[in-house]
Amino acid sequence: MNQLQNLTKGFFKENPVFVMLLGMCPTLATTTSANNGLGMGLATTFVLVMANIAISLIKNLVPDKVRIPIYIVVVAAFVTVVDLVMAGYAPALHSQLGIFIPLIVVNCIVLGRAEAFASRNNIFSSMIDGLGMGLGFAMALTILGSVRELIGNFSIFGYKFIQSDGILIFILSPGAFIALGFLIALINLITKKA
Amino acid sequence: MNNLLTISGSPHIHTTDSVRKIMYSVIFAMIPAMLVSVYFFGLDAVRIIGVSVVACVAVEYLIQKYLLKGDVTINDGSAVITGVLLAFNVPANLPTWIIIIGAIFAIAIAKMAFGGLGKNPFNPALVGRVFLLISFPAQMTTWPIPKPLFAKSVTDALTGATPLGLLKDGHLANKTIDQIMSDPAMPDYIQQLVGFQTGSLGEMSAIALLIGAAYMFYKKVITWHIPVSYLLTALLFAAIFWLIDPTYYADPLFHLITGGMILGVFYMATDMVTSPMSAKGQIIFGIGCGLLTMIIRFWGSYPEGVSFAILIMNAFTPLINKSFKPKRFGV
Repeated sequence: MNQLQNLTKGFFKENPVFVMLLGMCPTLATTTSANNGLGMGLATTFVLVMANIAISLIKNLVPDKVRIPIYIVVVAAFVTVVDLVMAGYAPALHSQLGIFIPLIVVNCIVLGRAEAFASRNNIFSSMIDGLGMGLGFAMALTILGSVRELIGNFSIFGYKFIQSDGILIFILSPGAFIALGFLIALINLITKKA
Repeated sequence: MNNLLTISGSPHIHTTDSVRKIMYSVIFAMIPAMLVSVYFFGLDAVRIIGVSVVACVAVEYLIQKYLLKGDVTINDGSAVITGVLLAFNVPANLPTWIIIIGAIFAIAIAKMAFGGLGKNPFNPALVGRVFLLISFPAQMTTWPIPKPLFAKSVTDALTGATPLGLLKDGHLANKTIDQIMSDPAMPDYIQQLVGFQTGSLGEMSAIALLIGAAYMFYKKVITWHIPVSYLLTALLFAAIFWLIDPTYYADPLFHLITGGMILGVFYMATDMVTSPMSAKGQIIFGIGCGLLTMIIRFWGSYPEGVSFAILIMNAFTPLINKSFKPKRFGV
């Protein structure tokens, strides 16, 4: 597998949200708007890249039996960085995402990539893998957030184009399930045809 | 349709029942309530029912013809029922575009996305109503005060709260039940039975709904299990709390004839697709609906719980079906 494939697999073929259905909790909970989805996606991307690099570095030092707790500690360190940076520089987004930033620690995509990829590959491949997966996740969250904001609030990235209240349910949690279900159906339809 | 051979043990008795025949009996049974709504709300009722039915049938046609590219079965009447029931569940002054969105949601997402008639786990009309209630809370809870067709009226459009809404607001304002019931906006029992109260199109008149229900019983479209267990459970539950604290809880009769209770019990909980198959299962289903309805009415944040209760029990239907299989003979 060359590095380009390694980077692009996260977007469509192995998209964490649309294909692997990983990290559903932040996906459903934080995508109330395109901005929130993008913010959450980028925060996760940062954590994924850094955690993949770090875990790839220490993969030979970690005893096999205690690897999961050690991975979690590594991931938690980077999540703390994101949490504090976001609280300092983007307080509005930070208060919107709330508990879901600290919860990146237990996001199954991050641990999944560490376990399945970074602990078996070299640093550069791990970094590329983290970047591809993270951007794929960010893309999925932004699409889902845009769809929900578009229907639920008649706006996109905060720009309101119809001066009216939207179909509120799409901002609420049932709308997340409905929108995600139909997006996955659409993507399956496209990939089946291709 | 795709299974012409019956694969159960003999003997087989053939009846003339068909999906179409049953569906049209239900539509026929809804005519009294429809007439009452037209009497009280005039052209608005005609507009809501008409738009809802046409939108439901059109959405089903478009999906079956162009998306699924299969048989078009809009003639079986199920989309018409969904349309009428959806219209029955909304206030008469709802903007036309909102009712169209509700119809699209009810048919496209609650019914066709699951595979069409017979495969939908939830009652499409109720999904449409709950969707609208959550999405457009302001428009869905502004109830026009009924204005009989030939009555002279000074004002054009008045709105007011439903009896259950008054009850909920009264509780929030720490009023006793006597104070709430003596509110001038609260209709008395006769008015509620006849239909002179605020509410959704179809829940106006208990009498008209009961006439339709009697017709459905006569035609054997519904059985007694779900309605009786539903009503008895709700009545008992309401009676227990009324006896415990008559200054806080309204009496059981009030809960029976207000809101969507009669409409839900006879027309929506009994939906063949989304209710259990065996008699025992249907009784469990009715008890669950009755309990949930009263729990939501007493302690929930919404004043009315019928639609939520039926939808929640719809979700339990496969489980109930599994637990209460009829006994096989000769095994």
